[in-house]
Parts: sequence; C-alpha cells; structure tokens
Amino acid sequence: MTGDDKLSRGRPVVGRAARNMIEQTSADERRRTHVALDEARLRQQAIGVRLRQMFDEVVNEPVPDEFLQILRDADRTSTGES
Amino acid sequence: MGRATPGPGLLPHDEEAFRTALVDLIPQLRAFARTLCGDATMADDLAQDAMMKAWDARASFRVGTNMKAWTFMILRNQFYSEKRRSWRQSQLDQDAAERTLVAVDDPEAPVALDEMRLGLHMLPPEQREALILVGAGGFAYEEAAEICGCAVGTVKSRVSRARRALHAILETGVYTRDGRAAGEAMGALLADAERLSGPR
Repeated sequence: MTGDDKLSRGRPVVGRAARNMIEQTSADERRRTHVALDEARLRQQAIGVRLRQMFDEVVNEPVPDEFLQILRDADRTSTGES
Repeated sequence: MGRATPGPGLLPHDEEAFRTALVDLIPQLRAFARTLCGDATMADDLAQDAMMKAWDARASFRVGTNMKAWTFMILRNQFYSEKRRSWRQSQLDQDAAERTLVAVDDPEAPVALDEMRLGLHMLPPEQREALILVGAGGFAYEEAAEICGCAVGTVKSRVSRARRALHAILETGVYTRDGRAAGEAMGALLADAERLSGPR
C-alpha cells in the first residue's frame, strides 16, 4: 500500500511514535468498549432470562378449571340443541 | 351469549382437533395476558375472552397456519379494544405497578422478578408487547409483526427500544418501595426511559 493510498483513504499521515501512541490509545479504547459491550450484552441477557422466567412462571401454573368449564359450556350451547 | 354457530366447513373431527389445540394453548395465552396487562385477575379475564373468541371464530381458522400466533393476535386485539373502551391505561399500569411495589416492600426479598414486572409495565404498551412476543413468546420478528399488525422493521425497533428502556429502568433501580411517591417517580422514570430509548 502506498502513501497515496493512505491519503486517498482519508487517513492522516503521522509519525511512527505518534502512530504508536494513537494505536495504543485506540487499543485501550477498543478494549474498554469491548468490556462495556460485554457488560451491556450480559445485562441484556439477564433481562431476557428474567422476562422468559416471568412468562414461563405463568405457563407452568395449572390451568384454572374456569377455562375448561367455559369451553365445555360453549361446546354444550353449540351442540346442545340436539 | 350469542355465540357464533360453527362454520359450515368445519367437520366434527376438525372441531375436536381445534378444541384440543386450543386447550393446549391456554397456558401460553394466560402468560401472554399476564405479562401484557400485569394484573392476574384482569389477565385471566382477558385470556378467557380471547379463548372464547378463538373458539367462536374456529371456522375462520386456516388449518396448517400458526394457531398460537392466531390466538395471540386475538388476545392482543381484545386487550386493546377493551382498553380503548373502558380501561384508563395510565391508571391501570400505575395500579399494577403500585401493587407490585407493595408486594416487594421487604428489602431482603429477591426482587428480580418483581423489578422486571414493574419495569415491563413502565414501557409503552406497544414496546412491551413486542418484547414479550419476541423475548418470551418464542415468535420470530415476522410472526410478531403479523400479530401486531405492523411492519417487521417496526417490531424490530420496538423490541430494541424496549430492551434499552428496560435496561435503563432496571439499572437505575430508582423507584420508591413505600409506594407513596411511586406515581411521580415512575412518571419521571418513564420519561427518562422514553428519552433514552428514543432515536439517538
């Protein structure tokens, strides 16, 4: 890759030391961003787990008889004429 | 109660299969109703109404399509039509949230689920339902979009806004446990959450 390429890609031409420093800084930033992203992802996962827990808690409850009774009654009305 | 008569095309055999499938879906419908409206009694009324509506409309169900999605759509429409008719949404959500607050006033109690419940009810309803359908109901974005009658992109954005808002709500954890100023605190939090979850 030539210097022209670099320029054409909009990257500033900098000295080696400065570049190292910038790369070091951006590596730190990247690491910090990664940690923050990981934490955010973990927290989101925890929220997801809790949401499913909340939903499944109700799914696992026994169905109240009322539901089945209502359905049986409806069945009787729709077929009960005979 | 003026139940619809079975459609002419529905054979007794199909009807029996439909009923079995509907009974199998009751736990799911109850869970959807409970997470959607927060109050257990109200939720069971809603789930029962939805179940009966589904039963009455059984002739219009196309065999081979997703029956769970179909019943969830009925429940969801029922929820909104009832809310439009008689429920004061803000009041309802606030009541449910305050009951939750009262239930968790023991500071030593494991509050994770209750905080979740509370947080969920601070979300705007359309974000809440999108998150429930995708995050707990096991629906794909496309199915959730069909249930909510909106575009897939809309569901995606609602889910991601809901996740961000919920995260912000749970993170700050700023809600009063005595329930006294809960309304105010929640109003402020809700505004915050809405701002945080809005377009950046």
